[in-house]
Amino acid sequence: MKTIKMKAINQQTLRQKLRDYRRHPFSFILFLLVSLATVITVGILIFLIAYILIMGIPNLSLDLFAWEYNSENVSMMPAIINTLTMTLLSLLIAVPLGIFSAIYLVEYAKRGNKLVSLVRITAETLSGIPSIVYGLFGFLLFGMALDFGYSLLSGALTLSIMILPLIMRTTEEALKAVPDTYREGSFGLGAGRLRTVFKIVLPSAMPGILAGIILAIGRIVGETAALIYTSGTVTGIPDSLMGSGRTLSVHMYALWNEGLNGKEAYATAVVLLILVVGINALSGFVAKKVGTRDANG
Amino acid sequence: MKQVKEKVMQGVFLIAACVSILAVALICIFLFANGIPAIGKIGVGNFLLGTEWRPLKEIFGIFPMIVGSLYVTAGAILFGVPIGLLCAIFMARFCPKKLYKVLKPLVDLLAGIPSIVYGFFGLMVLVPLMQDLFGGSGKGILTASLLLGIMILPTIISVSESSIRAVPESYYEGALALGATRERSVFAAILPAAKSGILAGVILGVGRAIGETMAVVMIAGNQPILPTSILSGVRTMTANVVLEMGYATGLHREALIATAVVLFVFILIINLCFSLLKRRKES
Repeated sequence: MKTIKMKAINQQTLRQKLRDYRRHPFSFILFLLVSLATVITVGILIFLIAYILIMGIPNLSLDLFAWEYNSENVSMMPAIINTLTMTLLSLLIAVPLGIFSAIYLVEYAKRGNKLVSLVRITAETLSGIPSIVYGLFGFLLFGMALDFGYSLLSGALTLSIMILPLIMRTTEEALKAVPDTYREGSFGLGAGRLRTVFKIVLPSAMPGILAGIILAIGRIVGETAALIYTSGTVTGIPDSLMGSGRTLSVHMYALWNEGLNGKEAYATAVVLLILVVGINALSGFVAKKVGTRDANG
Repeated sequence: MKQVKEKVMQGVFLIAACVSILAVALICIFLFANGIPAIGKIGVGNFLLGTEWRPLKEIFGIFPMIVGSLYVTAGAILFGVPIGLLCAIFMARFCPKKLYKVLKPLVDLLAGIPSIVYGFFGLMVLVPLMQDLFGGSGKGILTASLLLGIMILPTIISVSESSIRAVPESYYEGALALGATRERSVFAAILPAAKSGILAGVILGVGRAIGETMAVVMIAGNQPILPTSILSGVRTMTANVVLEMGYATGLHREALIATAVVLFVFILIINLCFSLLKRRKES
């Protein structure tokens, strides 16, 4: 309310603004600086996207989506399918864990619980660890100690630890946004805690949770460093989850590493970029849905 | 029956919550257990301060990599923080609502672009640009700093923006009432109040930059030597691991894991600073 009232006083016409700026040139410079920084930020982003699209789209061809990968035709189809498998498998592990731990933190833990702050600190630590450290850790634990070798399973397990804090945080925020009156109403009708969580709280928090999951998909699709030494760089589609296979991002790294295939690298970049932009847009759309519903209800 | 189910599920939730604690513990154990012995064998001084990295001769000094990581991170901060901070100020205080609805998703998108795509962009655009401007290979500290500066923009922008928004409106109004212009009120009254939040954003950006791997490996040159100028090629700690892990064996492999341990310690220190700052802000 306060901001709305103040707004009338703060409103200036353009002419007033210009007159003010002439009187205070230093303020004008500050305004120019902040505008310039924004223009640079947006400019870089638009240039990057436009550059990749313009250089990459002419290099897209149907051959690049052929089923078989061989040295003449560097097809990215196996990589796309591996990316899909990797995403599903990682989500299968990380989503239940993330949602359950968020439920514990928000719905069950008592205030001032020591365990809760420990979980928070560790989750924060996890989200700050660089992907190459995850990759090395996955290589040591899943690849060597558990003897999964270079496999989709090792990669997915590594990635699920990596995206766990993201899912935990977004779910926690979504759960906290559910008004307490919902819970009280449910308790009042005689439902137990568990029933309240699954029938009342989780459904209302779903859009927020979903937006977080979609963001996590974006992370998985774009991840390279954590996968090179866990799921490996084999070009085909493995027969089982214990086989090695490269995802799209790793495919792009491998193309660069082999020092050739410039065209294919451009094409892969386009596919990756379109995927990630699409995923981000979807997440924003889902998140917006939750926003409008909050305003109505 | 119902009671039992409640208890069981509460246990399940509790166990799920403990997974992140377990994960951090496992990461620490596995990295330290595999890396520390190598540091012992090579010698702490020789490993951390040795300026030569020759795996074939069993000489493992990662000082050039530590310096390289620090240089590119400092460069990224130099490029990224001023632009990111100013952009955050614009978004929090000067941006019309309609424009904000476009800007915010764009900044989020900047955070979503995979680092391998950033690296490719750097390789195809920034490296030739640097070649034209300064000659040489075009790969080096300056190029890597520029690209990393771009990559940490979204982190700096979103953390700074929310901390600027968290400053009470009365600060701004008070400054206006004293006769300051809108810009001066923002820069002189709001920014100092948002200082600790902005610093937290910068620290988070440092963490991102020092841990970045794929983009840096493509454009930093990767020579394991002490850099002599901002144009000379460097190898960061992350690049060292990703480049050689594929074929390393024996002590060489352990030395690479030890490199990751050093990086991990840097990250832990950065994380600690971040959470200390956050806690101080909250209290």
